[in-house]
Amino acid sequence: MNTVARAVLGGALGRHRGRLALSVLAIALGVALGFAVALVNASAVGEFEGAMKTLSGAADLEVRGPRAGFDENVYPLVARDADVAVASPVVEVDARIEGRDEAMRIYGVDAFRAGAITPALVPTARDALDVLRPGNVFVTPAAASWLGVDEGDTLRVQAGMQGIALSVAGLAEASTGERYALMDIAAVQDLFSRRGVVSRIDLRVRPGASPGAVRARIASLLPPGVSVAPPQESAATTARMSRAYRVNLNVLALVALFTGALLVFTTQALSVVRRRAYFALLRTLGMTRGALARWLVLEGALAGCAGAVLGIAGGYAIAYVVLRVVGADLGAGYFRGVAPRVVVDPVAACVFAAAGVAVAALGSLAPAREATRAQPAAALKSGDEQEAFARLRSPWPGLAMLAAGAAMTMLPPVVGLPVFGYASIGLLLVGTLLLLPRIASVALSRIHGGHSLPAALAIAQLRGAPGQAGVSLATIVASVSLMVSMAIMVASFRQSLDDWLVRVLPADAYLRAGSAGDTAFLTPAQQRAIASVPGIARIAFLRVQNVLLDPTRPRVALLARDLPEHDPGSALPLVGDPYILRNGDPPPAWVSEALADFMHLQPGARIDIPVGSATRTFVVAGVWRDYARQQGAIVIARPTYVAMTGDDNATDVAIWLAQDTTAAQLRERIEAALPDAARLALATPGEIRELSLRIFDRTFAVTYALLAVAIVIGLMGLSSSFGSLVLARRREFGMLRHLGMTRRQIAAMLATEGLVVSTIGLAIGLTLGFAMSVILVHVVNRQSFHWGMELHMPWMSLAALTAVLLVAAVVTTVASARQAMGGDVVRAVREDW
Amino acid sequence: MIELRSVAKSFAGPRPRVVFANVTLSVAAGEMVAILGESGAGKSTLLNIVAGLDYADAGSVSVAGQDLAPLDDDALTLLRRRHVGFVFQAFHVLPYLTVSQNVAVPLALLAHTGRESDERVASMLDAVGLGDRGASMPRELSGGELQRVAIARALVHRPSIVLADEPTGNLDPSSAAGVIELLRDRIRGEGASGMLVTHSRAAAALADRALTLTSEGLVESR
Repeated sequence: MNTVARAVLGGALGRHRGRLALSVLAIALGVALGFAVALVNASAVGEFEGAMKTLSGAADLEVRGPRAGFDENVYPLVARDADVAVASPVVEVDARIEGRDEAMRIYGVDAFRAGAITPALVPTARDALDVLRPGNVFVTPAAASWLGVDEGDTLRVQAGMQGIALSVAGLAEASTGERYALMDIAAVQDLFSRRGVVSRIDLRVRPGASPGAVRARIASLLPPGVSVAPPQESAATTARMSRAYRVNLNVLALVALFTGALLVFTTQALSVVRRRAYFALLRTLGMTRGALARWLVLEGALAGCAGAVLGIAGGYAIAYVVLRVVGADLGAGYFRGVAPRVVVDPVAACVFAAAGVAVAALGSLAPAREATRAQPAAALKSGDEQEAFARLRSPWPGLAMLAAGAAMTMLPPVVGLPVFGYASIGLLLVGTLLLLPRIASVALSRIHGGHSLPAALAIAQLRGAPGQAGVSLATIVASVSLMVSMAIMVASFRQSLDDWLVRVLPADAYLRAGSAGDTAFLTPAQQRAIASVPGIARIAFLRVQNVLLDPTRPRVALLARDLPEHDPGSALPLVGDPYILRNGDPPPAWVSEALADFMHLQPGARIDIPVGSATRTFVVAGVWRDYARQQGAIVIARPTYVAMTGDDNATDVAIWLAQDTTAAQLRERIEAALPDAARLALATPGEIRELSLRIFDRTFAVTYALLAVAIVIGLMGLSSSFGSLVLARRREFGMLRHLGMTRRQIAAMLATEGLVVSTIGLAIGLTLGFAMSVILVHVVNRQSFHWGMELHMPWMSLAALTAVLLVAAVVTTVASARQAMGGDVVRAVREDW
Repeated sequence: MIELRSVAKSFAGPRPRVVFANVTLSVAAGEMVAILGESGAGKSTLLNIVAGLDYADAGSVSVAGQDLAPLDDDALTLLRRRHVGFVFQAFHVLPYLTVSQNVAVPLALLAHTGRESDERVASMLDAVGLGDRGASMPRELSGGELQRVAIARALVHRPSIVLADEPTGNLDPSSAAGVIELLRDRIRGEGASGMLVTHSRAAAALADRALTLTSEGLVESR
């Protein structure tokens, strides 16, 4: 019996190698994408964490504060703790490289102390005193290669508005390819205006002492805005920032795998219909239901195996190319300065391979059950295939899933991830797929073929087998809905970003003290010089700092801005109603949506912000939309900031030009008025918008790529479905040819079927895709990135997509019709099978 | 109504063979001729040639007064649509149409719709004993009933030629006899020319003439 079964079933499989190959390819694509994304994420995060670990060396604890640093007098306080064996102060700056719009991290270290905790921060020098010389810098091999410098060369960086020449005195040891430089701590403090501050203090605890107890004691000594924690907590905090993005990419990759599984399901389901009589014969000859089901699941699993092997190989290749071309952060900017390599990960490979096999086997499960349910005697009769998938006609499972999916949109995130949002989308998708036979029945009952016999036969065929029609629709609906939802989400985000940029860039020109890094600034004298340049109608200055509100979260940007006196909030893209200040209220602060979400802030609430050396209380005067800073931002009035801190430097300038002045003229006049003005970065709102949208497109390049894969899999599914159905009906076509139907009429019949199925599939897919996009925009994105946005419909893109898919559907059916009309179709009427 | 003169057919390929040579046959209106022969003798091929679904390598074929040789595929199709009715061994009834709709397909191909068409369909179903099954779906019918539907479909458009290829191959002897008698009576009643390919001597005995197809041609069987 097994020999017979293998011969019959294997022979049937072998005759349809093309369809089998499609299934294998679909699984391979899904596995490759999922594995590639996982590899890139793991490599990037692993490299990043490795880099952090290298840089933190043997430190047990780390004292951190605002980006601009905290009072260096904290150092003796912590160093004196009895259980602190070594305390190493570090000053960190990101200095812009002259001639480039990029910055490099420079660590200022006390070489003697750093050597005991963080050897990676100790340079290798020929002469020990070189380490102490103020103009000397030591670069990592990766940085040297990136900058094109060698020992003895000069490296120019920007500090304030001046250029500083540093001498490359040697290389800094680095184990994982990071790009950074080392200098003496005092030199960094002097050169980059960091006198009296340090960025962090690395601590090694005395052997036998409790790091927890030391942490608690030191925390009590620290000023506001400064905290102490193990180094791995800081690394984890930073990695968490990219987690939502990485999870998003993983979900997208899994979507590709799901679509592949759906293609396997469709292929197997229609193949089961086609082979119904085969199975009836085997059951009649004595094959049990269980054996038949196992065989069919094995078929799917074999396709999954082949796909998985191809997918794993493909995944490595994709990850390698992506890391080299796009970078570890896939363009999103989370892991700058990290240059990871693809790490061989056998465990992940096994997991994804198993996933590929599992989804393929699962895709075969329902068809296998369907095949075993058919009564052999009935299945041997012509027409029984119309009853295939009759059980799918029950609407209740699908409706239940839709209801559950809708309910889940109300649920909050889980550890900062939109788990219920993703689940909701999955339930909507699967629920709709389960309802397809019912929806197809209703839709087809309203369509009439008119007076055309081919059209009438086409509609009658579809109406007669709604289960089959539903299966054919599945891949189209899944692919279209996923494509449409992503297209609407990306378009909404892009348009919202563009609208936001128009709102936040009202001036005619924007100046930045340096095009990169955090070491550039404009002194009050330089500000006055710029303000006095002819042709300026209005000017506003901005100072950007980064403060630590919550040690478990990344630093938050503090923007001290010149705001309009009357209604200062009007300068910001507020969401919701602002708070009307009352007498006695603390100074106002405007918080970004992200920060409002993190800290559960509403207008009118109080917020404590470490400004300067003290914690100050502000009142939340409004919540504003900020797409630039995912970790959150706070705007306060600049005069308030200057009064609290005494820091009247500025980093950015917004300029409104007089009517007869252009941006080019402004530049010339500023360069004439200000020495070193060439280091200023000047841009018009249009240029900033263009750059921002380019970065956006690059960030979403991977999304676009995954969308393209979904389209390809959808078209493959379409081709496979129609091909299967046409093959199953060759005897019918032969009979119609005998009755006098021309080849053209049969092709028209098939084209009508293809057009009707595709139109219904597109309509359902567009509707479902819209619903999914609403969840993506208002739930997933909001919970992942804390960005609010408006829904925008990319009508032109959707129309183009619809047209392309309809054309592809018709082309596919015509191609299938050609195959069906091959010479043997006439003889097919006499075939047993 | 069917005229075959010295028709020959061979199959090319790695193992070329002559299927038959020098087949000459005339089938008059109202006459049903049974074609017997061993498996592989070319009986179905002969039917295909008469139906215009295959071409003879030699000789002439004339159906309803029309020589088939100069006709292209579309012209042959149109001729078949108007003048030929087919009955298959495997019935080949469309599973997604009702019995009435199945019978009406040849009329629809000829653009005959409306009341006249409905009456013609009802009349044919009555003639084959399925007058009350018009609204049934094919899966509700037995094999014998399905073959009767096929016969009704083959005759509904009043073809001048009826070709039946092993029409009783899937039926029990009692149903088979009934189907052959029905076919013979309808062919006589409509004045068509009928060719019946069969293995069954019992079925052949019910025809007006029985011929055996060999590689040399057709010979009388009785």
